[in-house]
Amino acid sequence: MLHLEAASSSPGNPWLNIGIFGAFVAITMVIVFRASRNNKTAADYYAAGRSFTGGQNGSAIAGDYLSAASFLGIVGAIAMNGYDGFLYSIGFLVAWLVALLLVAELLRNTGKFTMGDVLSFRLRQRPVRIAAAVTTLAVSFFYLLAQMAGAGGLVSLLLGIGDGVGQAVVITVVGGLMILYVLVGGMKGTTWVQIIKAVMLITGAGVMTVWVLAMNGFDFSALLDRAVEVAENPAILDPGLKYGVSELSKIDFLSLGLALVLGTAALPHVLMRFYTVPTAKEARKSVVWAIWLIGIFYVFTLVLGYGAAALVGPSVIAAAPGGPNSAAPLLAFALGGPLLLGLISAVAFATILAVVAGLTITAAASFAHDIYASVVKKGEPEPGAEVKVARRTVVIIGIVAIIGGIGANGQNIAFLVALAFAVAASANLPTIVYSLFWKRFTTKGALWSMYGGLISAIVLIAFSPVVSGSATSMLKTEAIDFAWFPLSNPGIISIPLAFFLGWLGTVLDKGTEDPAKQSEMEVRSLTGPGAEKATHH
Amino acid sequence: MGNDALSAEVDLSHVDYHAVQKSPEFQELRRTHRSFVFPVLAACLVWYLAYVLLAVYAVEFMSTRVFGSINVAMLIGLAQVVTTFAVTMWYVRFANKHFDPQAERIRDEIESGVFFDKADEGVAN
Repeated sequence: MLHLEAASSSPGNPWLNIGIFGAFVAITMVIVFRASRNNKTAADYYAAGRSFTGGQNGSAIAGDYLSAASFLGIVGAIAMNGYDGFLYSIGFLVAWLVALLLVAELLRNTGKFTMGDVLSFRLRQRPVRIAAAVTTLAVSFFYLLAQMAGAGGLVSLLLGIGDGVGQAVVITVVGGLMILYVLVGGMKGTTWVQIIKAVMLITGAGVMTVWVLAMNGFDFSALLDRAVEVAENPAILDPGLKYGVSELSKIDFLSLGLALVLGTAALPHVLMRFYTVPTAKEARKSVVWAIWLIGIFYVFTLVLGYGAAALVGPSVIAAAPGGPNSAAPLLAFALGGPLLLGLISAVAFATILAVVAGLTITAAASFAHDIYASVVKKGEPEPGAEVKVARRTVVIIGIVAIIGGIGANGQNIAFLVALAFAVAASANLPTIVYSLFWKRFTTKGALWSMYGGLISAIVLIAFSPVVSGSATSMLKTEAIDFAWFPLSNPGIISIPLAFFLGWLGTVLDKGTEDPAKQSEMEVRSLTGPGAEKATHH
Repeated sequence: MGNDALSAEVDLSHVDYHAVQKSPEFQELRRTHRSFVFPVLAACLVWYLAYVLLAVYAVEFMSTRVFGSINVAMLIGLAQVVTTFAVTMWYVRFANKHFDPQAERIRDEIESGVFFDKADEGVAN
């Protein structure tokens, strides 16, 4: 059993942790530098010259998708709340079927760099592109907050930095590194970081899973018995420990489940990965690879979560710096001592870094391509100007993420990510689906759906128990309470509302869109003529 | 503007996409695509929703122990993973066998100029 001396001390060796993490940064930096030599055009910078294979891109998608929320968040949630934490894993995985069946290939065939390319294909360019850039920035911001919050928690555990100022410094360092990766490497460098990270994360989680099972004679049932014994609560094996307490919490859980399963196919940074491959067929292969890798990883989380409950114990985890988010690193320490803790923490850091880099390049591409090049410069930016704007945007987003991360430090990560999923599913999914499959869909429908979905999701979050009304809310006090919306995830209201608004706006729109564009989009989405191929240097 | 997106090696600015869309081959592809994708996805989402509802409203059933301490909830959860893998493989096989050849044929016709403007008469095929 593990004993933590004081809440601010690290169970491992801080210098060992820093050393392993430093080695990771050094190795990946070299790779990023080498990969980025050919970054010349916008297609190179945003879409890695469309030169990745399905397998490489699939690993990168897994690297982009398996964020700190999946590793630290879900393992912590299972260790603390038992089975209810595993429901996150299932939702995050099944969601990929929406991406595979409805979105991936059609999107690859119709777009170039961003979600805005597809959404504005047959609608009015200006307003739709602006809306798509706004929702992209909003979703990326929520997702970034979650990752940076994870970085803060991890740091407090690893380096024994308990005070706010020290953690803020480390969040700044992580943010600075991320800016460097994206500035230097563009999409190609970012993709390589994600591939390396995916391999490290899945291998690390796999080794820990086998280790935990081996300690229990490869008897999963015996592991569960031990977890129950240590937690002193047999209910951790059953659903309902967290979400079964009241009618309201049950509805809250349905809302979460809906947001998880519908959010993935609307996450701008996931959608953008489909453009880094040369054809729709490779996009399909990427998703298949990603589903296998992600699915296997989520099965690991079940063992790791109960493993952390059995070998570390919920009460020790709750008392540790970083709280539930530290369950996975603490399990690594219980298994393999300071060395495994250092390795697994480096993996967790790499996870955060890679996801943050992916989000940043997506947000920057959306601003530079959809707003600057297409709206401000009316589609005719000077050569090289678009990439220059994208690079500047990277720096600004990086700074915003650092500030936001310092603010969100200490929040539950899996939960924050679920909010990003809810915003994505509300603001983006209806418009993506309608514009691909509904002939009559119009600009008004798109704008109503995107802004309606975005605003309703954010307003409902702002007035939910997440933000105010309790000591565990973001405002951290019971004194301020404007939480009139009872659910902590807005999906069950905002997603259907956004679908409804898209329909209503279209039906009320007196104008119609160019039918020739609709024909072109439908034909291209299914057959992909002249889709931009890989660039060669 | 913005959708100069797909200008590539072949100049496709003269393609009459409306004619392609109306062609029987394309209608066939569209039908094949939709009649696979929509029902399969709907079934998967219903299956997932059933799982979520069971986890929330049928806790006792989900808590039934099956092997040792392994309960129904864990088995259904793993079944979700298995069905996700199975549907993925099924889709890939179906797409390789049915979508790709049809799409490729239409793409070749488009890129070789069969559907260029004013060629509507030749489209019937």
